[in-house]
Amino acid sequence: MSDLARIRELSNSACIVGVDESDEIGTLPGKSQLTLHIEAITNAARDAGLKVSDIDGIFTAGQHSPATIGEAIGVVPRYVDGTTVGGCSFIIMVGHAVLALHHGLCDVAVVCHGESGRSGVGVSPRRDTALSGQFEFPYGFGGAPTYFGLITTRHMHEHGTTLEQWAQVAVSTRKWAALNPKARNREPLTVKDVLDSRPVVWPFNILNICLVTDAGGAVLLTRADRAKDCAKKPIYVRGAGEGSEHVMLTQMRNLTFSEATRLSGEKAFAMAGVKGTDFDHIMLYDAFTSGPPLMLESLGIAKRGEGVHHFAEGRSTPGGKLPINTNGGGLSYTHSGMYGIFPIIEATRQLRGECGARQVPKAKLSLVNGMGGMLSAAGTLVLSNER
Amino acid sequence: MDLERPLPNPITPESRPYWEGARAGKLMIPKCRACGKPFMYPRVACPFCASRDIGWVQATGRGRLFSFEIAHQILNKAFKVRTPVVLAMVELEEGPRLLTNLVGIEPDPKQIRCDMPVEVCFEKLTDEVSLPMFRPVTGGTR
Ligand SMILES: [Zn+2]
Repeated sequence: MSDLARIRELSNSACIVGVDESDEIGTLPGKSQLTLHIEAITNAARDAGLKVSDIDGIFTAGQHSPATIGEAIGVVPRYVDGTTVGGCSFIIMVGHAVLALHHGLCDVAVVCHGESGRSGVGVSPRRDTALSGQFEFPYGFGGAPTYFGLITTRHMHEHGTTLEQWAQVAVSTRKWAALNPKARNREPLTVKDVLDSRPVVWPFNILNICLVTDAGGAVLLTRADRAKDCAKKPIYVRGAGEGSEHVMLTQMRNLTFSEATRLSGEKAFAMAGVKGTDFDHIMLYDAFTSGPPLMLESLGIAKRGEGVHHFAEGRSTPGGKLPINTNGGGLSYTHSGMYGIFPIIEATRQLRGECGARQVPKAKLSLVNGMGGMLSAAGTLVLSNER
Repeated sequence: MDLERPLPNPITPESRPYWEGARAGKLMIPKCRACGKPFMYPRVACPFCASRDIGWVQATGRGRLFSFEIAHQILNKAFKVRTPVVLAMVELEEGPRLLTNLVGIEPDPKQIRCDMPVEVCFEKLTDEVSLPMFRPVTGGTR
């Protein structure tokens, strides 16, 4: 059997059956990040019509290991995965969960996230910064904007992209946030507002950069045959892919094109048997306004330098031809640090038809793509409400 | 002494020739003896061919400004250089890229261009540590 045939066997074999955030998201100085995890897990289990004790596979990234989560929710899992390659880890872990479910290594998988990114409650300060401490911090680097800015400047140099075009990404995303009661920033936004906002690291002003919040999220999956017995319409994982290229930005082969994203997208599309042009709804990890356009380029959905066109002239906004980041994104809805769980939650809700004012009519095929680090790692999902 | 910048920390054993070179005003970089390619950051196997036969060469110190950004605020409290500061990625003539600061030019995106030629200069932080920085080869003021 060919590799592709083996991969295709996994397509549609498992479903997302439960999703939810923590009880609240935003500024939560009274909640530890472990609490954010637990709230999200219990809420997602209720959404699925399953009990927390049904969970026997735990997939989580960040500071808390799957062992900590299992202990906290009183579960002794028979499968654990702690892959931590940045904010897209949760997207990658949906693929890992499909694999584990398909092979009977677990029956109910939870992919969960909790992060007190704003308030820092119950957070350990330890991070892997040895190489950065040696070669980057003495120059004032530190914090994601100081790295993604370099990618963005080079893209402007190579492709002639402009500050106005990046600003359009923020404006488009805010239009969706206005329709999401859970979004943090919902007031109208113009290109001029973005260009006039406080400079942080040129080419970025503050409105080019994601929020910093406290939030949790969880996604429950089970095999397709079992998913039919859950409370909500099952959402099929048709395709899943992952990639990892670099950590240090100096090691990125091409500063304006993410090799990890290309690889991740190709694998996910091949497993699903779809093309980049087939989607009617797209969720892209938007830590910075330049991120989503570069992802569209690396995924092959836009030509090099033309990802920004997707955000022009209302194409990506409510009522547009190809809605993107319909929850309001990391830019306007929430961004706790490792944002990747939230685009999965939104895609699931859109495919179920639960999104009220921001519902994308007849959404059938949704793309979720996220990055870890600075386009360093990537995870891609192809989700659908039909097999 | 109150330093304006965090010192490189931790200096790893495999990087010592880099920092000893900088202290002496030389930009030393690792070079694979098997495939002949120089690379950064220092490590004990070549990232191109995985050979463990690694030597060191002195780079010319010339290169191009591969990308840049202008920091108006700095998150790291140990970094006290007055903003705005130009944070830069330089591609050396030999190929490897470094993160660094661009000095000797106004921190103005209209004056700074990707691909402009740059050359290394060193800022002494302590008796032990000097930091490689880069400045424009032509144009700009010292
Ligand atoms: Zn080599």
